[in-house]
Amino acid sequence: MDWGALHTILGGVNKHSTSIGKIWLTVLFIFRIMILVVAAEKVWGDEQDDFVCNTLQPGCKNVCYDHFFPISHIRLWALQLIFVSTPALLVAMHVAYRRHEKKRQFIKGDQKCEYKDIEEIRKQRFRIEGTLWWTYTSSIFFRLVFEAVFMYAFYFMYDGFRMPRLMKCNAWPCPNTVDCFVSRPTEKTVFTVFMIAVSSICILLNVAELCYLLTKFFLRRSKKAGNPKHHPNHENKEETKQNEMNELISDSCQNTVIGFSS
Amino acid sequence: MSWGFLRDLLSGVNKYSTGIGRIWVAVVFIFRLLVYVAVAENIWKYEHDEFECNVKQPGCENVCFDHFFPVSHIRLWALQLIMVSTPSLLVVFHVAYRENREKHHDQKLYKSPGEIDGGLLCTYLISLVLKTGFEIVFLFLFYKLYNGFKVPRLVKCDVRPCPSTVDCYISKPTEKMIFLYFLVATSGLCIVLNVSELSYLIFKYSIKCYLKRYVKKHQ
Repeated sequence: MDWGALHTILGGVNKHSTSIGKIWLTVLFIFRIMILVVAAEKVWGDEQDDFVCNTLQPGCKNVCYDHFFPISHIRLWALQLIFVSTPALLVAMHVAYRRHEKKRQFIKGDQKCEYKDIEEIRKQRFRIEGTLWWTYTSSIFFRLVFEAVFMYAFYFMYDGFRMPRLMKCNAWPCPNTVDCFVSRPTEKTVFTVFMIAVSSICILLNVAELCYLLTKFFLRRSKKAGNPKHHPNHENKEETKQNEMNELISDSCQNTVIGFSS
Repeated sequence: MSWGFLRDLLSGVNKYSTGIGRIWVAVVFIFRLLVYVAVAENIWKYEHDEFECNVKQPGCENVCFDHFFPVSHIRLWALQLIMVSTPSLLVVFHVAYRENREKHHDQKLYKSPGEIDGGLLCTYLISLVLKTGFEIVFLFLFYKLYNGFKVPRLVKCDVRPCPSTVDCYISKPTEKMIFLYFLVATSGLCIVLNVSELSYLIFKYSIKCYLKRYVKKHQ
Protein backbone atom coordinates (compact mmCIF):
# COMPACT_ATOMS: atom_id res chain seq x y z
CA MET A 1 0.00 0.00 0.00
CA ASP A 2 1.67 3.21 -1.10
CA TRP A 3 1.39 6.05 -3.55
CA GLY A 4 0.92 3.52 -6.36
CA ALA A 5 -2.41 2.52 -4.86
CA LEU A 6 -3.51 6.16 -4.86
CA HIS A 7 -2.52 6.28 -8.52
CA THR A 8 -4.75 3.26 -9.25
CA ILE A 9 -7.67 4.80 -7.41
CA LEU A 10 -7.37 8.19 -9.07
CA GLY A 11 -6.59 6.78 -12.50
CA GLY A 12 -10.21 5.73 -12.80
CA VAL A 13 -11.37 9.30 -12.23
CA ASN A 14 -9.29 10.46 -15.20
CA LYS A 15 -11.84 9.16 -17.69
CA HIS A 16 -14.59 11.42 -16.40
CA SER A 17 -12.51 14.57 -16.01
CA THR A 18 -12.29 17.59 -18.25
CA SER A 19 -9.05 18.18 -20.17
CA ILE A 20 -7.84 20.61 -17.55
CA GLY A 21 -8.61 17.97 -14.92
CA LYS A 22 -6.47 15.48 -16.77
CA ILE A 23 -3.59 17.95 -16.93
CA TRP A 24 -3.99 18.57 -13.19
CA LEU A 25 -3.83 14.85 -12.47
CA THR A 26 -0.67 14.50 -14.56
CA VAL A 27 0.99 17.43 -12.81
CA LEU A 28 0.00 15.94 -9.45
CA PHE A 29 1.51 12.56 -10.18
CA ILE A 30 4.64 13.56 -12.01
CA PHE A 31 5.68 16.86 -10.45
CA ARG A 32 4.47 16.30 -6.94
CA ILE A 33 4.08 12.68 -5.89
CA MET A 34 6.96 11.37 -7.96
CA ILE A 35 9.29 14.20 -6.91
CA LEU A 36 8.29 13.61 -3.29
CA VAL A 37 9.03 9.91 -3.40
CA VAL A 38 12.11 9.93 -5.61
CA ALA A 39 13.91 13.05 -4.43
CA ALA A 40 12.44 15.00 -1.55
CA GLU A 41 12.24 12.05 0.84
CA LYS A 42 15.97 11.48 0.46
CA VAL A 43 16.81 15.13 1.07
CA TRP A 44 14.84 15.13 4.34
CA GLY A 45 15.79 11.54 5.18
CA ASP A 46 18.61 12.36 7.59
CA GLU A 47 17.15 15.56 8.94
CA GLN A 48 17.31 14.85 12.65
CA ASP A 49 20.54 12.88 12.56
CA ASP A 50 22.35 15.69 10.83
CA PHE A 51 20.71 18.47 12.83
CA VAL A 52 23.65 19.53 14.99
CA CYS A 53 23.68 21.86 17.96
CA ASN A 54 26.77 23.47 19.40
CA THR A 55 26.39 21.89 22.83
CA LEU A 56 27.09 18.60 24.56
CA GLN A 57 24.01 18.89 26.79
CA PRO A 58 21.97 15.71 26.25
CA GLY A 59 18.46 16.40 25.12
CA CYS A 60 19.14 19.91 23.85
CA LYS A 61 19.29 18.78 20.22
CA ASN A 62 16.00 16.85 20.50
CA VAL A 63 14.20 19.74 22.10
CA CYS A 64 15.54 22.33 19.65
CA TYR A 65 14.67 20.16 16.67
CA ASP A 66 11.15 19.71 17.98
CA HIS A 67 10.87 23.44 18.62
CA PHE A 68 11.87 24.47 15.10
CA PHE A 69 10.16 21.63 13.21
CA PRO A 70 6.82 20.83 14.90
CA ILE A 71 5.89 18.95 11.76
CA SER A 72 8.45 18.20 9.09
CA HIS A 73 8.12 19.67 5.56
CA ILE A 74 8.02 16.23 4.03
CA ARG A 75 5.14 15.11 6.24
CA LEU A 76 3.17 18.26 5.52
CA TRP A 77 3.60 17.69 1.79
CA ALA A 78 2.51 14.09 2.02
CA LEU A 79 -0.60 15.12 3.97
CA GLN A 80 -1.27 17.90 1.48
CA LEU A 81 -1.08 15.46 -1.42
CA ILE A 82 -3.41 13.01 0.29
CA PHE A 83 -5.98 15.67 1.17
CA VAL A 84 -5.82 17.29 -2.27
CA SER A 85 -6.34 13.94 -4.04
CA THR A 86 -9.29 12.90 -1.89
CA PRO A 87 -12.04 15.12 -3.39
CA ALA A 88 -11.58 13.28 -6.69
CA LEU A 89 -12.93 10.25 -4.85
CA LEU A 90 -16.29 12.00 -4.53
CA VAL A 91 -16.49 12.00 -8.32
CA ALA A 92 -15.39 8.35 -8.49
CA MET A 93 -18.09 7.39 -5.98
CA HIS A 94 -20.77 9.31 -7.85
CA VAL A 95 -19.81 7.66 -11.14
CA ALA A 96 -19.76 4.24 -9.47
CA TYR A 97 -23.22 4.93 -8.02
CA ARG A 98 -24.60 5.89 -11.44
CA ARG A 99 -23.08 2.80 -13.03
CA HIS A 100 -24.59 0.67 -10.29
CA GLU A 101 -28.04 2.14 -10.93
CA LYS A 102 -27.75 1.55 -14.67
CA LYS A 103 -26.60 -2.03 -14.04
CA ARG A 104 -29.60 -2.60 -11.79
CA GLN A 105 -31.91 -1.28 -14.48
CA PHE A 106 -30.25 -3.52 -17.04
CA ILE A 107 -30.52 -6.62 -14.84
CA LYS A 108 -34.20 -5.88 -14.14
CA GLY A 109 -34.70 -5.87 -17.88
CA ASP A 110 -36.06 -2.36 -17.83
CA GLN A 111 -37.49 -1.19 -21.15
CA LYS A 112 -35.93 2.25 -20.69
CA CYS A 113 -32.40 0.91 -20.54
CA GLU A 114 -30.71 1.02 -23.89
CA TYR A 115 -27.45 -0.80 -23.23
CA LYS A 116 -26.70 -4.03 -25.05
CA ASP A 117 -24.63 -5.55 -22.24
CA ILE A 118 -22.99 -4.88 -18.92
CA GLU A 119 -19.60 -4.25 -20.53
CA GLU A 120 -21.03 -1.21 -22.26
CA ILE A 121 -22.22 0.19 -18.94
CA ARG A 122 -18.79 -0.44 -17.42
CA LYS A 123 -16.96 1.29 -20.26
CA GLN A 124 -19.34 4.21 -20.56
CA ARG A 125 -18.03 7.67 -19.99
CA PHE A 126 -20.47 9.99 -18.24
CA ARG A 127 -20.70 13.60 -19.26
CA ILE A 128 -20.31 16.20 -16.57
CA GLU A 129 -23.93 17.30 -16.37
CA GLY A 130 -26.68 17.42 -13.81
CA THR A 131 -25.80 16.14 -10.35
CA LEU A 132 -22.39 14.95 -11.54
CA TRP A 133 -21.60 18.58 -12.42
CA TRP A 134 -22.33 19.62 -8.84
CA THR A 135 -20.20 16.79 -7.42
CA TYR A 136 -17.34 17.60 -9.78
CA THR A 137 -17.48 21.33 -9.05
CA SER A 138 -17.57 20.75 -5.27
CA SER A 139 -14.57 18.45 -5.56
CA ILE A 140 -12.60 21.19 -7.36
CA PHE A 141 -13.68 23.71 -4.75
CA PHE A 142 -12.50 21.46 -1.89
CA ARG A 143 -9.21 20.85 -3.69
CA LEU A 144 -8.65 24.60 -3.88
CA VAL A 145 -9.47 25.03 -0.21
CA PHE A 146 -7.08 22.26 0.86
CA GLU A 147 -4.24 23.59 -1.31
CA ALA A 148 -4.69 27.09 0.06
CA VAL A 149 -4.90 25.88 3.67
CA PHE A 150 -1.71 23.84 3.41
CA MET A 151 0.21 26.62 1.64
CA TYR A 152 -0.82 28.99 4.40
CA ALA A 153 0.12 26.44 7.08
CA PHE A 154 3.59 26.16 5.51
CA TYR A 155 4.06 29.89 5.35
CA PHE A 156 2.81 30.36 8.90
CA MET A 157 4.84 27.55 10.48
CA TYR A 158 8.15 28.24 8.79
CA ASP A 159 8.05 32.02 8.42
CA GLY A 160 8.27 31.99 4.67
CA PHE A 161 9.68 29.31 2.41
CA ARG A 162 13.38 29.65 3.14
CA MET A 163 15.34 27.15 5.19
CA PRO A 164 17.96 28.96 7.29
CA ARG A 165 21.41 27.45 7.87
CA LEU A 166 21.60 28.45 11.48
CA MET A 167 18.94 28.61 14.18
CA LYS A 168 19.42 29.98 17.68
CA CYS A 169 17.78 27.89 20.38
CA ASN A 170 17.37 28.48 24.11
CA ALA A 171 14.69 25.93 25.01
CA TRP A 172 15.29 24.00 28.25
CA PRO A 173 17.54 21.97 28.87
CA CYS A 174 19.89 23.94 26.62
CA PRO A 175 22.15 25.80 29.07
CA ASN A 176 22.01 29.09 27.09
CA THR A 177 21.29 30.25 23.55
CA VAL A 178 22.96 27.61 21.40
CA ASP A 179 23.62 27.57 17.67
CA CYS A 180 21.91 24.76 15.82
CA PHE A 181 22.72 23.91 12.22
CA VAL A 182 20.21 22.45 9.79
CA SER A 183 21.42 19.82 7.32
CA ARG A 184 21.28 20.66 3.56
CA PRO A 185 19.48 24.01 3.92
CA THR A 186 20.00 25.13 0.30
CA GLU A 187 18.76 21.85 -1.19
CA LYS A 188 15.74 21.97 1.12
CA THR A 189 15.01 25.58 0.11
CA VAL A 190 15.19 24.59 -3.57
CA PHE A 191 12.74 21.74 -3.10
CA THR A 192 10.43 23.83 -0.94
CA VAL A 193 10.28 26.56 -3.58
CA PHE A 194 9.71 23.91 -6.28
CA MET A 195 6.84 22.29 -4.37
CA ILE A 196 5.25 25.67 -3.66
CA ALA A 197 5.55 26.62 -7.34
CA VAL A 198 3.89 23.39 -8.47
CA SER A 199 1.18 23.88 -5.81
CA SER A 200 0.49 27.32 -7.27
CA ILE A 201 0.29 25.86 -10.78
CA CYS A 202 -2.22 23.30 -9.50
CA ILE A 203 -4.26 26.08 -7.88
CA LEU A 204 -4.29 27.98 -11.20
CA LEU A 205 -5.36 24.84 -13.06
CA ASN A 206 -8.18 24.27 -10.57
CA VAL A 207 -9.35 27.88 -10.86
CA ALA A 208 -9.28 27.61 -14.67
CA GLU A 209 -11.26 24.37 -14.53
CA LEU A 210 -13.81 25.93 -12.19
CA CYS A 211 -14.25 28.92 -14.52
CA TYR A 212 -14.60 26.61 -17.50
CA LEU A 213 -17.29 24.53 -15.78
CA LEU A 214 -19.20 27.61 -14.63
CA THR A 215 -19.06 29.12 -18.14
CA LYS A 216 -20.33 25.86 -19.63
CA PHE A 217 -23.13 25.74 -17.07
CA PHE A 218 -24.33 29.28 -17.78
CA LEU A 219 -24.08 28.83 -21.54
CA ARG A 220 -26.13 25.63 -21.33
CA ARG A 221 -28.70 27.37 -19.15
CA SER A 222 -29.08 30.28 -21.53
CA LYS A 223 -29.47 27.84 -24.44
CA LYS A 224 -32.22 25.96 -22.58
CA ALA A 225 -33.92 29.23 -21.61
CA GLY A 226 -33.99 30.12 -25.30
CA ASN A 227 -35.42 26.73 -26.47
CA PRO A 228 -38.85 26.28 -24.76
CA LYS A 229 -40.19 29.47 -26.42
CA HIS A 230 -39.72 27.92 -29.88
CA HIS A 231 -40.88 24.40 -29.05
CA PRO A 232 -44.59 23.69 -29.54
CA ASN A 233 -44.61 20.66 -27.14
CA HIS A 234 -43.51 22.02 -23.80
CA GLU A 235 -41.07 19.42 -22.42
CA ASN A 236 -41.22 18.62 -18.78
CA LYS A 237 -38.14 18.00 -16.59
CA GLU A 238 -38.20 14.23 -16.93
CA GLU A 239 -38.31 14.29 -20.69
CA THR A 240 -35.40 16.72 -20.77
CA LYS A 241 -33.38 14.35 -18.62
CA GLN A 242 -34.36 11.44 -20.83
CA ASN A 243 -33.26 13.40 -23.87
CA GLU A 244 -29.91 14.07 -22.26
CA MET A 245 -29.52 10.38 -21.60
CA ASN A 246 -30.38 9.62 -25.18
CA GLU A 247 -27.60 11.92 -26.29
CA LEU A 248 -25.16 9.82 -24.32
CA ILE A 249 -26.23 6.56 -25.90
CA SER A 250 -24.26 5.16 -28.80
CA ASP A 251 -25.58 5.08 -32.42
CA SER A 252 -26.72 1.48 -32.11
CA CYS A 253 -29.71 2.68 -30.05
CA GLN A 254 -32.87 1.98 -32.08
CA ASN A 255 -35.56 4.01 -30.39
CA THR A 256 -34.51 7.65 -30.36
CA VAL A 257 -37.85 9.31 -29.71
CA ILE A 258 -38.58 7.73 -26.33
CA GLY A 259 -38.76 11.14 -24.69
CA PHE A 260 -41.69 12.14 -26.79
CA SER A 261 -43.58 8.87 -26.67
CA SER A 262 -46.00 10.13 -24.01
CA MET B 1 3.35 -10.31 2.67
CA SER B 2 2.67 -6.71 3.44
CA TRP B 3 -0.02 -4.08 3.51
CA GLY B 4 -0.89 -4.96 -0.08
CA PHE B 5 -2.60 -8.09 1.26
CA LEU B 6 -4.86 -5.99 3.47
CA ARG B 7 -5.62 -3.73 0.55
CA ASP B 8 -6.66 -6.71 -1.60
CA LEU B 9 -8.79 -8.09 1.21
CA LEU B 10 -10.63 -4.81 1.69
CA SER B 11 -11.15 -4.39 -2.06
CA GLY B 12 -12.76 -7.83 -2.11
CA VAL B 13 -15.13 -6.87 0.70
CA ASN B 14 -16.19 -3.73 -1.14
CA LYS B 15 -18.40 -5.77 -3.44
CA TYR B 16 -20.70 -6.91 -0.63
CA SER B 17 -20.86 -3.65 1.28
CA THR B 18 -23.51 -1.02 1.50
CA GLY B 19 -22.79 2.58 0.43
CA ILE B 20 -21.64 3.54 3.91
CA GLY B 21 -19.44 0.42 3.98
CA ARG B 22 -17.69 1.59 0.82
CA ILE B 23 -17.07 5.01 2.34
CA TRP B 24 -15.58 3.21 5.35
CA VAL B 25 -13.24 1.23 3.07
CA ALA B 26 -12.15 4.46 1.32
CA VAL B 27 -11.48 6.18 4.67
CA VAL B 28 -9.45 3.19 5.92
CA PHE B 29 -7.43 3.00 2.68
CA ILE B 30 -6.62 6.62 2.25
CA PHE B 31 -6.67 8.29 5.64
CA ARG B 32 -5.35 5.39 7.68
CA LEU B 33 -3.40 2.87 5.63
CA LEU B 34 -1.83 5.30 3.17
CA VAL B 35 -1.02 7.86 5.88
CA TYR B 36 0.51 5.08 8.00
CA VAL B 37 2.74 3.70 5.23
CA ALA B 38 3.69 6.93 3.49
CA VAL B 39 3.96 9.29 6.43
CA ALA B 40 3.73 7.95 9.97
CA GLU B 41 6.18 5.06 9.72
CA ASN B 42 9.04 7.46 8.97
CA ILE B 43 8.35 9.56 12.03
CA TRP B 44 8.74 6.64 14.40
CA LYS B 45 11.54 4.97 12.40
CA TYR B 46 14.48 5.98 14.61
CA GLU B 47 12.59 6.55 17.83
CA HIS B 48 14.90 4.36 19.87
CA ASP B 49 18.11 5.81 18.40
CA GLU B 50 16.92 9.34 18.94
CA PHE B 51 15.68 8.74 22.48
CA GLU B 52 18.30 10.42 24.63
CA CYS B 53 18.86 10.37 28.38
CA ASN B 54 21.04 12.80 30.33
CA VAL B 55 23.29 10.06 31.70
CA LYS B 56 26.29 7.99 30.64
CA GLN B 57 25.27 4.83 32.55
CA PRO B 58 25.11 1.96 30.00
CA GLY B 59 21.72 0.35 29.79
CA CYS B 60 19.85 3.24 31.35
CA GLU B 61 18.53 4.56 28.03
CA ASN B 62 17.37 1.10 26.96
CA VAL B 63 15.59 0.47 30.22
CA CYS B 64 13.92 3.87 30.27
CA PHE B 65 12.77 3.57 26.67
CA ASP B 66 11.29 0.18 27.42
CA HIS B 67 9.62 1.55 30.54
CA PHE B 68 7.92 4.44 28.77
CA PHE B 69 7.11 2.65 25.49
CA PRO B 70 6.09 -0.95 26.31
CA VAL B 71 4.50 -1.12 22.86
CA SER B 72 5.43 1.66 20.46
CA HIS B 73 2.66 3.94 19.11
CA ILE B 74 3.35 2.86 15.58
CA ARG B 75 3.04 -0.85 16.39
CA LEU B 76 -0.25 -0.31 18.19
CA TRP B 77 -1.43 1.66 15.15
CA ALA B 78 -0.51 -1.21 12.82
CA LEU B 79 -2.23 -3.76 15.06
CA GLN B 80 -5.31 -1.59 15.18
CA LEU B 81 -5.43 -1.39 11.37
CA ILE B 82 -5.14 -5.16 11.06
CA MET B 83 -7.71 -6.00 13.76
CA VAL B 84 -10.20 -3.48 12.44
CA SER B 85 -10.01 -4.83 8.89
CA THR B 86 -10.22 -8.51 9.85
CA PRO B 87 -13.95 -8.80 10.72
CA SER B 88 -14.65 -8.14 7.06
CA LEU B 89 -13.16 -11.60 6.46
CA LEU B 90 -16.26 -13.09 8.11
CA VAL B 91 -18.37 -11.67 5.29
CA VAL B 92 -15.96 -12.94 2.64
CA PHE B 93 -15.99 -16.43 4.15
CA HIS B 94 -19.77 -16.51 4.37
CA VAL B 95 -20.12 -15.49 0.72
CA ALA B 96 -17.56 -18.13 -0.29
CA TYR B 97 -19.49 -20.72 1.75
CA ARG B 98 -22.72 -19.76 -0.02
CA GLU B 99 -21.13 -19.99 -3.45
CA ASN B 100 -19.65 -23.36 -2.53
CA ARG B 101 -23.05 -24.68 -1.46
CA GLU B 102 -24.66 -23.46 -4.65
CA LYS B 103 -21.99 -25.20 -6.69
CA HIS B 104 -22.37 -28.37 -4.65
CA HIS B 105 -26.14 -28.50 -5.06
CA ASP B 106 -25.86 -27.27 -8.63
CA GLN B 107 -28.74 -24.83 -8.20
CA LYS B 108 -29.44 -21.32 -7.07
CA LEU B 109 -30.18 -21.50 -3.36
CA TYR B 110 -29.93 -17.82 -2.51
CA LYS B 111 -31.20 -14.57 -3.95
CA SER B 112 -28.90 -12.38 -6.09
CA PRO B 113 -25.31 -12.26 -4.75
CA GLY B 114 -25.31 -8.49 -4.30
CA GLU B 115 -28.19 -8.59 -1.85
CA ILE B 116 -27.47 -8.83 1.88
CA ASP B 117 -30.21 -11.02 3.35
CA GLY B 118 -30.85 -13.57 6.07
CA GLY B 119 -27.68 -15.25 7.31
CA LEU B 120 -25.38 -12.92 5.38
CA LEU B 121 -27.05 -9.94 7.05
CA CYS B 122 -26.36 -11.45 10.47
CA THR B 123 -22.71 -12.02 9.56
CA TYR B 124 -22.44 -8.46 8.24
CA LEU B 125 -23.97 -7.01 11.40
CA ILE B 126 -21.62 -9.09 13.59
CA SER B 127 -18.63 -7.87 11.55
CA LEU B 128 -19.77 -4.26 12.08
CA VAL B 129 -20.11 -4.78 15.82
CA LEU B 130 -16.67 -6.40 16.00
CA LYS B 131 -15.07 -3.60 13.96
CA THR B 132 -16.54 -0.95 16.26
CA GLY B 133 -15.51 -2.97 19.32
CA PHE B 134 -11.90 -3.25 18.16
CA GLU B 135 -11.70 0.47 17.38
CA ILE B 136 -12.92 1.36 20.86
CA VAL B 137 -10.63 -1.17 22.54
CA PHE B 138 -7.55 0.19 20.77
CA LEU B 139 -8.43 3.80 21.45
CA PHE B 140 -8.84 2.90 25.12
CA LEU B 141 -5.51 1.04 25.07
CA PHE B 142 -3.75 4.07 23.58
CA TYR B 143 -5.33 6.29 26.21
CA LYS B 144 -4.40 4.02 29.11
CA LEU B 145 -0.86 3.15 28.01
CA TYR B 146 0.21 6.70 27.24
CA ASN B 147 -1.83 8.75 29.70
CA GLY B 148 -3.97 10.42 27.11
CA PHE B 149 -2.77 11.13 23.59
CA LYS B 150 0.02 13.47 24.58
CA VAL B 151 3.68 12.88 23.82
CA PRO B 152 5.84 14.83 26.28
CA ARG B 153 9.22 16.28 25.34
CA LEU B 154 10.78 15.18 28.58
CA VAL B 155 10.20 12.15 30.79
CA LYS B 156 11.85 11.50 34.15
CA CYS B 157 13.16 7.99 34.62
CA ASP B 158 14.52 6.28 37.75
CA VAL B 159 14.48 2.61 36.77
CA ARG B 160 17.60 0.51 37.58
CA PRO B 161 20.42 0.75 36.41
CA CYS B 162 19.86 4.51 36.12
CA PRO B 163 21.78 5.92 39.13
CA SER B 164 19.09 8.51 40.01
CA THR B 165 16.14 10.25 38.39
CA VAL B 166 17.42 11.14 34.94
CA ASP B 167 15.94 13.36 32.27
CA CYS B 168 15.11 11.54 29.06
CA TYR B 169 14.13 13.34 25.87
CA ILE B 170 11.76 11.92 23.30
CA SER B 171 12.43 12.76 19.64
CA LYS B 172 9.86 14.67 17.53
CA PRO B 173 7.19 14.79 20.26
CA THR B 174 5.05 17.44 18.57
CA GLU B 175 4.96 15.65 15.23
CA LYS B 176 4.09 12.37 16.97
CA MET B 177 1.31 14.06 18.91
CA ILE B 178 -0.16 15.61 15.75
CA PHE B 179 -0.30 12.20 14.08
CA LEU B 180 -1.72 10.54 17.17
CA TYR B 181 -4.57 13.04 17.12
CA PHE B 182 -4.99 12.32 13.42
CA LEU B 183 -5.24 8.61 14.25
CA VAL B 184 -7.85 9.30 16.94
CA ALA B 185 -9.87 11.50 14.56
CA THR B 186 -9.93 8.88 11.79
CA SER B 187 -10.75 6.15 14.30
CA GLY B 188 -13.62 8.26 15.58
CA LEU B 189 -14.85 8.82 12.03
CA CYS B 190 -14.75 5.08 11.34
CA ILE B 191 -16.69 4.38 14.55
CA VAL B 192 -19.35 6.89 13.47
CA LEU B 193 -19.56 5.29 10.01
CA ASN B 194 -19.88 1.79 11.49
CA VAL B 195 -22.57 2.83 13.95
CA SER B 196 -24.59 4.61 11.25
CA GLU B 197 -24.29 1.60 8.94
CA LEU B 198 -25.45 -0.67 11.78
CA SER B 199 -28.45 1.55 12.56
CA TYR B 200 -29.32 1.91 8.89
CA LEU B 201 -29.30 -1.86 8.27
CA ILE B 202 -31.25 -2.69 11.43
CA PHE B 203 -33.82 -0.01 10.62
CA LYS B 204 -34.14 -1.08 6.96
CA TYR B 205 -34.64 -4.74 7.71
CA SER B 206 -36.97 -4.18 10.64
CA ILE B 207 -39.22 -2.11 8.37
CA LYS B 208 -39.04 -4.87 5.73
CA CYS B 209 -39.92 -7.54 8.30
CA TYR B 210 -42.74 -5.48 9.72
CA LEU B 211 -44.22 -4.78 6.27
CA LYS B 212 -44.04 -8.48 5.34
CA ARG B 213 -45.90 -9.44 8.50
CA TYR B 214 -48.45 -6.67 7.95
CA VAL B 215 -49.11 -7.83 4.36
CA LYS B 216 -49.42 -11.48 5.51
CA LYS B 217 -51.94 -10.53 8.20
CA HIS B 218 -54.15 -8.77 5.77
CA GLN B 219 -54.09 -11.55 3.17
